[in-house]
Amino acid sequence: MSLYKQLVDTETKAVASRQSFGLAVAELGASNPKIVVLDADLSKSTQTQHFAKKFPDRFFNMGIAEANMIGAASGLAQTGHIPFAASFACFLTGRYDQIRMSVAASKANVKLVGTHAGVGIGEDGHSQMGLEDLALMRSLPNMTVFQPGDDWDTRNFVDWSIKHEGPVYMRLTRQGLPLMRRSADAKFGPGIWGVLNPEIMNENPDVVLMASGGVLDASIQAAEILSQKSLKVCVVNANWIKPIDEVFLRKACDSKAKLLVTVEDHYDVAGLGGAVAEFTSTLPAPKRLLRIGVAEFGQSGSPKDNYEYYGFTGEKLSKKIAQALG
Amino acid sequence: MGFQWPNETISSETSRKAIRQAILEQIAAANSGHPGGSLSLVEILASIFDGHFNHDPKDPLKSDRDHLVLSKGHGVPALYSALSFMGYFNAQELSKLRSLGHFLQGHPDRNHYELMEASTGSLGQGASVALGEALGVRLSYASKKISRLPRVYAILGDGEMQEGQVWEMLMAAPKFELANLICILDYNKGQIDGPVKEIMDLEPLADKIRAFNWNLHEVDGHNVTEIKKALSACEISSKGKPHFIIANTVKGKGISFMEDPTAWHGAAPNAQQLSDALKELNGNSEPFGRLI
Repeated sequence: MSLYKQLVDTETKAVASRQSFGLAVAELGASNPKIVVLDADLSKSTQTQHFAKKFPDRFFNMGIAEANMIGAASGLAQTGHIPFAASFACFLTGRYDQIRMSVAASKANVKLVGTHAGVGIGEDGHSQMGLEDLALMRSLPNMTVFQPGDDWDTRNFVDWSIKHEGPVYMRLTRQGLPLMRRSADAKFGPGIWGVLNPEIMNENPDVVLMASGGVLDASIQAAEILSQKSLKVCVVNANWIKPIDEVFLRKACDSKAKLLVTVEDHYDVAGLGGAVAEFTSTLPAPKRLLRIGVAEFGQSGSPKDNYEYYGFTGEKLSKKIAQALG
Repeated sequence: MGFQWPNETISSETSRKAIRQAILEQIAAANSGHPGGSLSLVEILASIFDGHFNHDPKDPLKSDRDHLVLSKGHGVPALYSALSFMGYFNAQELSKLRSLGHFLQGHPDRNHYELMEASTGSLGQGASVALGEALGVRLSYASKKISRLPRVYAILGDGEMQEGQVWEMLMAAPKFELANLICILDYNKGQIDGPVKEIMDLEPLADKIRAFNWNLHEVDGHNVTEIKKALSACEISSKGKPHFIIANTVKGKGISFMEDPTAWHGAAPNAQQLSDALKELNGNSEPFGRLI
């Protein structure tokens, strides 16, 4: 059996994490009347439309005015509600000062939802791509940041974020994400990554490959190609961006692995790769880290062509990793 | 002796003098702050807190309380003074304004003081938070029978009106028919770099606000009777037009040498200036004692 088929449930249809979110929040809205949703004229894209249809009194379309939407979400939180404020990641986190002051520094229990992450959105091009959102959100002291790898992750995080008192940012994709295979007792909680083939960690891995969001699929394909060259690759669904999985990273740095790799559809600055570099550099024996991300502005092109161009295919990722191994 | 608040209603002339003294003394103690835009706010705050604000200093976070967001966060010495006057904390705390770790931060900071409804100081944002609170309060009480819907006040500065976000808020509140939202503009005509008229004129402001579909009231912002009358005229209900009060004020009001659109925006009085100012307020007596 191929590594890919071991790790990915190829029988189940891929679902975009924006879709998983939209359905989850509409479902949870039934049992929790405190949940309210705000959108800025993108409810059909962010998938808050499901909640809007079910709970019109608790859905607020704020028009194309994201700054006011973020402030209003803060006010709703201060009066005891649990607001989800959604827009494209770039437009939402582009209102950084509003998030900095009205949400983070106001201790507001606001759930920020940024969809259309990365170059993976394709044709609409650079202006619609969230490429710096993780960097921005990570820098705020009390912000929790999460990028789900699949439907299971997204649903679990939406549920977790409702129970968690404090601001969160979730980064969601336009494109479908295949479902990962998990053991029945898989744990979900802050800073616990999904290590997809944990047994490798006990067998002296050559590479620890941590990928987040839309590029997880291509990263597993890369691991498959590398495994055919007899390299042992541990693949990680690095979904928690803040807090990151420090327990796992200690283990990875203690292992015999020659190389740590991070892959993300985000600028290669201050996202997952940055978070891993910051933490592992504090360890007594940090490992060499290859940070793979987007190093230039995004552009139009089909999602497939974009992932090919920016190097997010199994083929290209595996080449880069093999090269770094020397 | 320390400082003692007068035992009078907050909007009385004596009380307002005490508030002005507290503003000046706390800014002098911190050796920094914004006297001009704090002094212009005194009558606005005193009027709201004189019977138009449901709250309880012994139960500051009670669920049916009214809300107030000071969107022009730099005027916070006036708000701190009013809160202390009403018994939220001892006046002596005011002398620690802007000191490290203290809850009286230089601008309202919810991370340090929970009673602040929003951390403001980055202009243009607070009124949006107030709008969200008005939505939230209405939603909370949608299915409950209550005699009085909690109201939400947002206090804006005139320079702040230049922020685009304020106009997003002005568009949104009428859409949601937030008749429990009262925005009050402290129109003191000055900002850091000069008169508002020169930097970025707001006029014709009343027409603009009306055109955005608000109930508009215009008052002398230093006349308590007029402000209170306007507040009473704001019909608070779960649906209808939101309320906007243009309060025409004087920056630095009450201290003749501070009554200037720009000079005292962000300058603390030195010892001599403080002494001159207090003399102008209270003559040669010290009816409230001294903070510092």
